[in-house]
Amino acid sequence: MIIGLALAAPLITSYSPTVLNPSQGLLAPSLHHLLGTDELGRDVWTRLLYGARVDLEIAFLAVLASFVFGTAVGCVAGFFGGWADVVAMRAVDVILAFPFFVLVIALVFILGPGTKSIYIAIIATDWVSYTWIIRKEILSTKRLEFILAASALGYRPLRIIIRHLIPNVITQAIVYSMSDIVFTILTIVTLGFLGLGVPPPTPEWGSMMSDGQQFITSHWQLATVPGIAVVIIGIGLSLFGDGIADRLRVE
Amino acid sequence: MTDLLLSVKNLRVELATHREVVHAVEDVSFDLGAGQTLGIVGESGCGKSMLLRAILGLLPRGGRVTGGQVIFQGTDLLSLNNQQRRDVRGRSIGMIFQEPMTALNPVMHVGDQIAEGPIAHLGYTKKAGRQRAVELMQQVGIPDARRRFRAYPSELSGGMRQRVMIAIALACEPQLLLCDEPTTALDVTIQDQILKLLLHLQESTGVSMIFVTHDLAVVSQMCQSLAVMYAAELVEFGLVASVLPDPTHPYTLGLLRAVPDFDKVKAMLDPIPGIPPSLVDPPEGCRFRPRCEFAQEDCATGDFPLQFTEEGRASSCIHQVLCRNAAHADPVIGSRAAH
Amino acid sequence: MTRGMYIRRRLLLMLPTAFGVTLVTFLMIHLIPGDPAVTMLGVRATPKAVAALHREWGLNKPLYEQYWLFLTRVVRGNFGVSLFYNSSATGIILSASLVSLSLIVYAVVLSVVIAVPLAVLAATHRNGISDQAVRAIPLIGMGMPSAWIAIMLILLMGLKFHLFPVAGLQPGVLGHLDSLFLPGLTLSLGIAPLLVRSLRSSLIDAFDADYVTTARSKGIHEYRVLIRHAIRNALASSLNILGLQIAFLISGTLVVETVFALPGVGALMVNSIYRRDFPVVQGVTFVLALAVILTNLGTDVVHSLLDPRVRFE
Repeated sequence: MIIGLALAAPLITSYSPTVLNPSQGLLAPSLHHLLGTDELGRDVWTRLLYGARVDLEIAFLAVLASFVFGTAVGCVAGFFGGWADVVAMRAVDVILAFPFFVLVIALVFILGPGTKSIYIAIIATDWVSYTWIIRKEILSTKRLEFILAASALGYRPLRIIIRHLIPNVITQAIVYSMSDIVFTILTIVTLGFLGLGVPPPTPEWGSMMSDGQQFITSHWQLATVPGIAVVIIGIGLSLFGDGIADRLRVE
Repeated sequence: MTDLLLSVKNLRVELATHREVVHAVEDVSFDLGAGQTLGIVGESGCGKSMLLRAILGLLPRGGRVTGGQVIFQGTDLLSLNNQQRRDVRGRSIGMIFQEPMTALNPVMHVGDQIAEGPIAHLGYTKKAGRQRAVELMQQVGIPDARRRFRAYPSELSGGMRQRVMIAIALACEPQLLLCDEPTTALDVTIQDQILKLLLHLQESTGVSMIFVTHDLAVVSQMCQSLAVMYAAELVEFGLVASVLPDPTHPYTLGLLRAVPDFDKVKAMLDPIPGIPPSLVDPPEGCRFRPRCEFAQEDCATGDFPLQFTEEGRASSCIHQVLCRNAAHADPVIGSRAAH
Repeated sequence: MTRGMYIRRRLLLMLPTAFGVTLVTFLMIHLIPGDPAVTMLGVRATPKAVAALHREWGLNKPLYEQYWLFLTRVVRGNFGVSLFYNSSATGIILSASLVSLSLIVYAVVLSVVIAVPLAVLAATHRNGISDQAVRAIPLIGMGMPSAWIAIMLILLMGLKFHLFPVAGLQPGVLGHLDSLFLPGLTLSLGIAPLLVRSLRSSLIDAFDADYVTTARSKGIHEYRVLIRHAIRNALASSLNILGLQIAFLISGTLVVETVFALPGVGALMVNSIYRRDFPVVQGVTFVLALAVILTNLGTDVVHSLLDPRVRFE
């Protein structure tokens, strides 16, 4: 539902998320401005909707890329074993040794601010989870009889991986990716909160929170509302993930 | 007959799983005298373990007693409150479980696990409890007991673990010991050692035992009387010495035929064909009928309660003569009857 | 396997990872677009200062020699000189580490204090109202940004009711406990949901386990069954989850220390980023990764003490 709202943002609200209107600054919630305005006179509800677009888009795409890359590496490592496995798993171990957010923020810092850096930092840090999950699943599936049968029939490795292994091991990764999206949204929001996220004036929930923090005693809703939005997204995606997990398990 | 120790009357146990209710024990009654050993035999899933657990009120989640009485030394255990029930558990009735690996707490020294009972029931101090635990460990034949006190279950062999389990059950010198397939998970040689240990302990302490097993050989070694359970019901009851050579229920006969007999040339097993009925919605009539070679038309309807016959024996079969004749005609079983 | 052998083997397994961590932290500098020295010192830096930094980092030498230089410095605990403070980065990081360490310990204690009773409540009343409520906690809690939790706690407990200080670190043990309460609570609220979930399910497993039936068959009191048998086993298996969450807690210190103005490594890292103080950022990144590796080691060792089975696997 939130995704729908975010996509339809320009239709639902008549205000611009970026145009400044200082004379209308810090208004309390009213019929004109559902959630009031911020210190620069921008409509909070509007910025919330546009912010959802930004945060969700980065999270979905970054997780998707991590998912694809991590799964590919995991398949190769798990299926062929040997050197490929040793190298891949060492890399996974090393990246997992860094606290996720510390590595992300360090990378963003080094690559310089901007959306591109955020993508690179998240993907570079996040793919290892998928490699780890997929490799573990493959190692246990590889010994199953139908895989052995396919190998005995002389199918090429690529065909075995794509036709036989992936459909059987992908479930865990999909289930994980649902909570991973929530986690990635949190990461992006936190980056924004620390001023290292999507550069202003693009509306983004994290920067909205830190901007609102200054006015916490007088206008508490400015900092509160974006957080509530994140929580609602989190619940929605978690429920969605549980649903997917249940359906995949049944099949 | 000796003094009555335990009397189970019309016990019923239900087990609720995800969607369905299993009638695990239906209308089971039996008596046990002091110092006696009763064997309960039956296939997996016939409800024998549930029956045993119901006596101590240790049913798994979803299980509950829906009727009957369990009278132990004159008191109905089912009418006790939680505190009174705890006073009976471990103190008057001990229990040994099938799988000594999972039945022992993996993160606690075995000695402490033995000492818990005496500390709770006999008012032992921690130190006295330890003392008692070492004594018990020596009693059940654990070498180097003082050192093994601090061992974790994972550091002991299967046989040693089961000895620890026995020490736990006997720690407060109970009057009754419930054994739930205590040797099934063990190697044959260890099995024999454990059975001999239990017999020895019974001689020295005079404890009564109920021995649940699917192994008739174990029953003939350990027990005076025998109850045969099939599909949640008792189908035959009597002294081991009279039932084994002369079964009066076709299911007992089937079990006897399925025992490998190495004395005779006939080493081939005769398994009972078919599978037991579902206990979710059991069929009408005799529950063994679909698998019974002697089944008649009148077996298909009505109730088949346990009927007492001569010398304290009971059977639920209405065509006992057919069964006995077949048993006598069998060279192996018949020769036992002749003794 | 004896305990000593187990710990030694785990230490050996740790080494390649630690080695990899030095490699990644080293390469970080070389990911900087353009000349790292110029980027670090800013465009207005004098050529002399740039040349000095080139010398210090050995930037004109081949990569493997640079790495060797870096490695030998790191092994000696030298992360270079802070560009902002103009003093040893190691000293700055060490003094900040103490604050963060106490914050994390505080958060772990708080989260256990929060999670254990909730998990016990849920597991003992399975499928009841309290269980449903407790199961909803991870659903909500997982999606809460810690920055937002921090702001809400400041708003409610600090500003509305004036219960706790909202910024800075007061002197003395009591002062520390007082001023670290809200930051610690923020961090612990971040990990408590996961801890509750894993504790609840391992408690339920424990309740169904045979050894709990054995314990009950001894006739000991239900509280003793719960504490000595069920909770101890559940804690042993949830410990790994807690260990993994330490990495999350360390990440969390970045935000929480910034919001609550605490002089810890998290805030140090964020501030050094604002100040473009590369040596400190690099040093903190390395130290934090090392902390995670050591925590994992520590978790495994404690786990092997709590649950003797792991040593035999």
